[in-house]
Amino acid sequence: MAVTTPAPPTPAPSRPTARRDTGPRGLRQRLARWDVTFSPYLYIAPFFLVFAVAGLFPIVYTAYVSVHDWHLIGGQGGFVGLQNYVDVLTQPRFLTALRNTFSIFLLSSVPQLIVAIVVAAVLDANLRAKTFWRMGVLLPYVVAPVAVALIFSKMFADQSGLINTVLAGVGLDPIGWHSDPLASHVAIATMVNFRWTGYNTLILLAAMQAVPRDLYEAAVIDGAGRLRQFLSVTVPMLRPTLIFVVITSTIGGLQIFDEPRMFDTLGQGGADRQWMTVTMYLYELGWGAQKSFGRASAVAWILFLIIVAIGLLNFALTRKIASAGAATKGGAK
Amino acid sequence: MSAPSIAVIRQTAGPGAARAAARRRGGVNRRPGWVTYTLLTVVLLVSVYPIYYAILLASSDAATIAQNPVPSLVPEGNLLENLRRVVDSDIQFWRALGNSLIVSTATAFSVVVFSTLAGYSFAKLRFRGRGPLLVFVIATMAVPTQLGIVPLFIVMSELGWVGQLQAVIVPGMVTAFGVFWMTQYLSEALPYELVEAARVDGCSMIRTFWHVAMPAARPAAAMLALFTFVGSWTNFFWPFIVLGSTNPTLTVAVQLLQASYFKDYSLIMAGVVAATLPLVVVFALAGRHLVTGIMQGAVKG
Repeated sequence: MAVTTPAPPTPAPSRPTARRDTGPRGLRQRLARWDVTFSPYLYIAPFFLVFAVAGLFPIVYTAYVSVHDWHLIGGQGGFVGLQNYVDVLTQPRFLTALRNTFSIFLLSSVPQLIVAIVVAAVLDANLRAKTFWRMGVLLPYVVAPVAVALIFSKMFADQSGLINTVLAGVGLDPIGWHSDPLASHVAIATMVNFRWTGYNTLILLAAMQAVPRDLYEAAVIDGAGRLRQFLSVTVPMLRPTLIFVVITSTIGGLQIFDEPRMFDTLGQGGADRQWMTVTMYLYELGWGAQKSFGRASAVAWILFLIIVAIGLLNFALTRKIASAGAATKGGAK
Repeated sequence: MSAPSIAVIRQTAGPGAARAAARRRGGVNRRPGWVTYTLLTVVLLVSVYPIYYAILLASSDAATIAQNPVPSLVPEGNLLENLRRVVDSDIQFWRALGNSLIVSTATAFSVVVFSTLAGYSFAKLRFRGRGPLLVFVIATMAVPTQLGIVPLFIVMSELGWVGQLQAVIVPGMVTAFGVFWMTQYLSEALPYELVEAARVDGCSMIRTFWHVAMPAARPAAAMLALFTFVGSWTNFFWPFIVLGSTNPTLTVAVQLLQASYFKDYSLIMAGVVAATLPLVVVFALAGRHLVTGIMQGAVKG
């Protein structure tokens, strides 16, 4: 049934004559013309509709909510201007959340990217059973963040955890994974790294395989060793993909919620909020005790602006690096 | 006297010989040694062990886990018993499993259909504003939609959808990534001649799409379906907010286990295993497509 495409040729020859005979265009022709003109727009419409309803409108409407008193149950209250923003920015808890978010984000994306590049370089070799290794690396990606968080929370448990028990076994002091802020950030970053390193590895591997092999041969002929090939050929050729990976991990990393939320049973980010992130704070403001959608929206917009700012910074930095690279090439002649 | 340099070989014996010589001396195509495989094995163990660890705890019992935080290397015999306890607990396991299946399948299906439609339009049809609109689609990928959850929640409560599955399905019905993905794929995989031939034969636009574009899109559609299914199944934040614990998806339900039975890790991990196993099975069967999918998408993206 799938190959029925050339099946209805019979009415086709009659059509041009029909057009000539009718004189003023018939309904059939007009429909056919509309079909050609409007179908493309019809086909792309679902995306724009869904994006308008679930993407664009909420972001804009968030700004509206953020300048009002707005209660989860009570609904819209009066216009309060920037009061919600002032409230949020003057609360020490928000600054803690901001610090935690950046700390977890850096602890996850920086090591993750470095490991991903190295593993991708290893996978880029002429391996036996390629698919097996690639699938093995990607396996964590199908484990839900919530499941990852539950598994690692048990491993990182302070009293009865696998990791502290092993540390004690080799004569080291146990680490307060839930009491010390930095240690808790490391534990949460580990969960993120577990799930995403393999995914980024494969993206970088794909970019590596697209590097023309001639470049490596030329490098070998010029006497470059493996490390030199990697640093002088592979890494520069990866730049666009690196930008892509950095931007996606920034967007995801700054919104982190699942892993820190599941890190203990209460889901509040610890007694001193030592691992509470901005998105957790947003949730607490909106759906916790305060039920203030206004303040939650203010947090969302502040975070949105931060993400945009970092995105632009990334962009400017990478452009600068790219043009600096071009300049040295030009200067060397 | 040392061997002639590869540059000399290239000049005297041609590029083929130079390439062969480079390979002999450790060039790009040599087979890697045991160091590489050892390294990869370590990476693989790090990927697999946490999942295996969950299975180990899920097949043990609370008392054993409390006594010894380091599980034995082989599973004990309580896995089925613990899974049964998860099913019998008050997290509405079957309902959550059914919800996850419905949400993930519906999302995957609609993303594939709508993304293929839009991708076909962008890749093969000519219309005013095509370029800017495509740029707009790609740009939306950088908009963190998660930040709009407050108004999205307000909209859902206005519609009376809070606690209902369509609140999760509808916002995910088509994605910018999907549209971009299908556009990329179809612009290469589907020749214009085929589309034109169908048009000349008198096919309407939608018939042409259905009989020409859809079959051509099948491999990319399968990958997109897989991606969307995984993404939807593992999603937590939005279902957690809008569905809550009365009508949960599986990730939301499993999360409830920790809140209510926080000392019984054999039970919690059994829940983790139950929520993860379906996807691991899918991955074992179709994972190579997921891998090629990521690899292909990245080259073009």
